[in-house]
Amino acid sequence: MNIIVCLKQVPDTESQIKIGPDGKSIVTDDIKWVMNPYDEFGVEEALRLKEKHGGEVTVVGLGPKRVTESIRTALAMGADKGILVSDEALDGSDSLANAKAIAAAVKDLDYDLIFTGQRGVDDDLGLVGATIAELLGIPQFSIIVKVEVAEDGKSVKVERPIEGEALIIESNLPALITAQKGLNEPRYASLPGIMKAKKKPLEEKTLADLGLDSAEFGEGARKLKILELTPPPERAAGKIVEGETPQEKAAELAKLLHDEAKVL
Amino acid sequence: MDFSLSMEQEILRNSVRDFAENEIKPVARELDEKEEFSYETMKKMADLGLFGMFVSEKYGGQGMDYVSYIIATEEIARVDGSHAATVAAGNSLGIGPLYYFGSEEQKEKYLPKLCSGEALWGFGLTEPNAGSDAGNSKTTGVLDGDEWVINGSKIFITNASTTITSGVTCLCRTGTRDDGRPELSCILIESGTPGFEAREMHGKMMWRGSNTSELYFDDCRVPKENLLGPRGNGFYQMMQTLDGGRLSIGAMGLGGAQGCFELALKYSKEREQFGKPISHFQVNAFKLADMALEIECARLILYKACWLRDNDKPFSKEAAMAKLNCSEVMYRCANHAVQLHGGYGLMKEYDVERFYRDQKLLDIGEGTSEVQRIVISRLIGAL
Ligand SMILES: Cc1cc2nc3c(=O)[nH]c(=O)nc-3n(C[C@H](O)[C@H](O)[C@H](O)COP(=O)(O)OP(=O)(O)OC[C@H]3O[C@@H](n4cnc5c(N)ncnc54)[C@H](O)[C@@H]3O)c2cc1C
Ligand SMILES: Cc1cc2nc3c(=O)[nH]c(=O)nc-3n(C[C@H](O)[C@H](O)[C@H](O)COP(=O)(O)OP(=O)(O)OC[C@H]3O[C@@H](n4cnc5c(N)ncnc54)[C@H](O)[C@@H]3O)c2cc1C
Repeated sequence: MNIIVCLKQVPDTESQIKIGPDGKSIVTDDIKWVMNPYDEFGVEEALRLKEKHGGEVTVVGLGPKRVTESIRTALAMGADKGILVSDEALDGSDSLANAKAIAAAVKDLDYDLIFTGQRGVDDDLGLVGATIAELLGIPQFSIIVKVEVAEDGKSVKVERPIEGEALIIESNLPALITAQKGLNEPRYASLPGIMKAKKKPLEEKTLADLGLDSAEFGEGARKLKILELTPPPERAAGKIVEGETPQEKAAELAKLLHDEAKVL
Repeated sequence: MDFSLSMEQEILRNSVRDFAENEIKPVARELDEKEEFSYETMKKMADLGLFGMFVSEKYGGQGMDYVSYIIATEEIARVDGSHAATVAAGNSLGIGPLYYFGSEEQKEKYLPKLCSGEALWGFGLTEPNAGSDAGNSKTTGVLDGDEWVINGSKIFITNASTTITSGVTCLCRTGTRDDGRPELSCILIESGTPGFEAREMHGKMMWRGSNTSELYFDDCRVPKENLLGPRGNGFYQMMQTLDGGRLSIGAMGLGGAQGCFELALKYSKEREQFGKPISHFQVNAFKLADMALEIECARLILYKACWLRDNDKPFSKEAAMAKLNCSEVMYRCANHAVQLHGGYGLMKEYDVERFYRDQKLLDIGEGTSEVQRIVISRLIGAL
């Protein structure tokens, strides 16, 4: 069974995010770029399925050259091949455009399953997975914490958590799954794996290679426009609830939740 | 001049950092407290591929360059000195001499298990009366027919008494040279050989999660073939090994300093006194600035020494300089880090407390700071 994992590079969650002078983008100078954590779950799940059912895992990344490092990391974890879609015209593209480019890169590959992260931890939009599936005309299941492929490799059963319950969905393959935390514990890229990854194939493709028109990509083609970025509000100091007895404290807390926080 | 690391080295750093944060950091304090070597983390480090890093694939190694090995050691040391010690001693001192001086047979026999981390190997140089003056070793190896008969003892030998230790390389007096000085040779002694006992040492101030042993040899007999390389080359082999080993001690100093700096920076930005974070007092900010500066410089000299080694250029002087500098940089960083933590820095609940103790070994092991200054003085022609 052949599996494709889509991979995005995002700022490390430890990075300090600063808003740029244009007020619409972030300063990228000091940012450490890492594989989107949700995509790591996808890579790990693909590797486990490959170990069980055989086949090949292909990693597809999109973005500038630096994304190669994340693709190589996935190869070091055990994926077989990499594809980087890289083109200056892609700078500033929105989720729809990115999904179009990825769909074009994978449509002619032989695949049974596609994994994406359920969202990128950078802009938190969660649009790319569903859009790729739509463009490829295959079923898609988002926010999945469990994946079971049938013995014959023809269908898949997945689990999505909903309000304390689990929704179990079955589907024919090929299908697209967006990975959620809890799906697995991703492995580390081992040292022998890192050395092996050096020799694995990694292809680079431009929009022209994929037969796409660059006018449909980039800042100018955005359907989704960022008007302004603002930092989250500073956290206000906590409050200690006064009262002589637990009952009094509880009453005071209820009053504060109602009158001040207005959540009750 | 090219200061950039290769993509593989970057991936290695990220992977080992994640590993250290998730698998070692959560257990390091407790292992230190109990003075316990962990077979569980040993196994995990082995599975990640942290043993045999610079050994060719032929013997089960990873075939990486020395810079990669140093980066991996640095990343482990950023989180815990004891685990870094297990890795550094395992590679530089355990695997190193066998790989560089062993016969094809010896390499095939011992290296695969050492490179997979299923086994560990000790490096027996230091004796109770031969520390800095290691050439004064008193342990003897006498050839009796087809066997070496070994008598004597060694002290402070890392990784030598774990349940997975498969043997030690031991520096012995095997005779007298023509010039009247002792002839020193390295002999391989497998664990479990009758007459050989490795006893774990307890009560260490630092590296409490690392295994340290005394070795006793009492008419211990090993086959003649257990000689490592040519007879009489032992001291040279040990000194060669220490040149490389010094780089890994340097990595421990650098990584430890980095760990101290990060903990101190985070704490100083969070801790408020007199109505503001203590990092906003210039005296504290300057400590942090000095730490960042010294770490940057220490990294440059250490990586340069590794680069010289990887490019087959002489590196003894730079290795001594890097070991000395990285150790002393960590000393100053650990001191600042505890100071910035105030009273809390003295408590075991805070990792800087352990870093402060672990640092001290770096001024002493694999040649004291004084010995490094002797080496450098000689190499610049002053002594
Ligand atoms: C935890 C730990 C692990 C170790 N692991 C190993 C190992 O795996 N294998 C191994 O062989 N050894 C190991 N050692 C031993 C270590 O290398 C020695 O402790 C070190 O070389 C110093 O020797 P010593 O302790 O005998 O001190 P000494 O040599 O007695 O030194 C005492 C002091 O005198 C100074 N001094 C000595 N000679 C001179 C001189 N000529 N000029 C100026 N000052 C001098 C020293 O710098 C030092 O300050 C380990 C030690 C420790 C603590
Ligand atoms: C073993 C032990 C016994 C003790 N016994 C007692 C006791 O009997 N009674 C008691 O009352 N206390 C006691 N203490 C507490 C001790 O006095 C405090 O730990 C000490 O005053 C430092 O305060 P702190 O730990 O809160 O550090 P902090 O005040 O948080 O200081 C952290 C760092 O910030 C620096 N800093 C803080 N403010 C400034 C500034 N304005 N300008 C520049 N730098 C600044 C400090 O110098 C330090 O480096 C004890 C502590 C220990 C560890």
